Amino acid sequence: MNGTGWWRFRWRKAKNLGMSTFAAACLLLSVAPLVLIFSYTLIQGISSLNLAFFVQMPKPVGETGGGMANALAGTGILIGLGALFGLPVGIMGGIYLAEYGNNPFGASVRFLADVMSGVPSIVVGVVAYVLVVLPMNHFSALAGGVALAILMVPTVTRTTEEMIRLVPHSYREAGLALGIPQWKTTVRIILPAALKGITTGVLLAIARAAGETAPLLFTALGNRFWSTAVDQPIASLTVFIYDYAKAPFEDWNRQAWAAGFVLISLILVISVIFRVVTRSRYAEH
Amino acid sequence: MQNTDTAHSVASMSMEIPLAEPPQPVQTAAAPKMRTGNLNAYFGKTRALRDVSLSVPEQRVLAIIGPSGCGKSTFLRCLNRMHEVAGGTMKGEVTLDGTDVLAIDPVLLRRRVGMVFQKPNPFPTMSIFDNVAAGLRLNGVRDRKFLAATVERTLRQAALWDEVKDSLGKSGASISGGQQQRLCIARTLAVNPEVVLMDEPASALDPLSTAKIEELIYQLKSSYTIVIVTHNMQQAARVSDVTAFFYLGELIEVGDTKKVFTTPVKKQTEEYITGRFG
Repeated sequence: MNGTGWWRFRWRKAKNLGMSTFAAACLLLSVAPLVLIFSYTLIQGISSLNLAFFVQMPKPVGETGGGMANALAGTGILIGLGALFGLPVGIMGGIYLAEYGNNPFGASVRFLADVMSGVPSIVVGVVAYVLVVLPMNHFSALAGGVALAILMVPTVTRTTEEMIRLVPHSYREAGLALGIPQWKTTVRIILPAALKGITTGVLLAIARAAGETAPLLFTALGNRFWSTAVDQPIASLTVFIYDYAKAPFEDWNRQAWAAGFVLISLILVISVIFRVVTRSRYAEH
Repeated sequence: MQNTDTAHSVASMSMEIPLAEPPQPVQTAAAPKMRTGNLNAYFGKTRALRDVSLSVPEQRVLAIIGPSGCGKSTFLRCLNRMHEVAGGTMKGEVTLDGTDVLAIDPVLLRRRVGMVFQKPNPFPTMSIFDNVAAGLRLNGVRDRKFLAATVERTLRQAALWDEVKDSLGKSGASISGGQQQRLCIARTLAVNPEVVLMDEPASALDPLSTAKIEELIYQLKSSYTIVIVTHNMQQAARVSDVTAFFYLGELIEVGDTKKVFTTPVKKQTEEYITGRFG
């Protein structure tokens, strides 16, 4: 190896090292926020995190302690309602786009879904307000669920479509060549093969919905009392955080931190549960 | 029975095309199970098949040979209307037992005319058992005993039973490529088709697996009508009764395999078989 070649080699090695370091730094930068947020909210909220936080109701103004059992249940109900309305529409829409959507209509639906996923959530809240709250004449969990559903649909639709399209064409052909009708081929052969990816999309949508505050402010409103009725205003963790974080009481602020921690944990737990439940019966091949 | 079949298909052909004989005389002793008359297939504006008139003899093996891009696979996929699935269109006549396949619902047609693909494609989320049972189950068969019996029968037919009988619950994708292809053959046989189309079924396999598949094809022709597309001329010579040579979308020659390989009529066939082009 002559002199120039050696220096070139050294230069190349140096560039390689530089790029690897840069990539590693970017990785750290992207993971760090999650770790920092998680630990900071834990530190701030730990003193309010006890059994009472999960099982007790909010104490009246001026008393310390108490919990947010109603907000936990409320968030659960709101996500449940959102999923109930949003997931079927989103998944079916995704299937439609993937299987029958190769036409101008499909293209425009696809484009609209993309635009929809960028619509500010407060605008979605206004839509739900007009659609559900005004006709019913009062705030309700139902209205909150509808708002969250509208937020979920575009994400779920687009992920479902992408994931179905990723399933090799040969499986679809094998199904059709066996004389299996197209819809059964889609539902029983293609959908299971795409399930993992679809689950990730559903998860993303649920996680996003769980963290929404703005559309709930004037749909589900919030409720300081225990309520599971879908036609009544209902509490939620996010609105709870919003109220408690801006309150002038230190005890409330701590509880807001605790609620934040619980919310993040909830999203993590949902992710883990979905991963385990939808784990393929067979190991990756 | 055979005579009426022939008469029937001739009668139905005469409605579509002039009474003149198809361009190539079809030399088969057996009655045709399927038949194409002046079949043209298109991908958009590209014409992939040109006026192909060919008979598929019943309970025989018809091999289709020819260089890449000559329309072999397209011809095969016209027989069970899978050509449409790939977005193609066809003109001309294809009949099964004398009935125009366009008059048969594609789902019902494909139950009668099954297909094995070039690359083994067992359903990845299903076990070996479920793969074989898929065609029946997804068409509404619930009888467990019948399903189990069919799975065993077809896995035996596909010479795979002894290798997988203790692991029927394992993923269909977990076995070797050669076993996967035999699994796909069992899966195709499970819906009890009359015709089995094979699109280069052994081209992705090692010599040993290939030999097994060929042996299998030989066994199967006693109960099924088989059409096999192959690049491998030795394979065509070994397994088939009748061979058709395609070139640039046209049927050049068809006849008894022995005759096509020893004394071909057309110069192009001879050149291809002796390896001078293709």
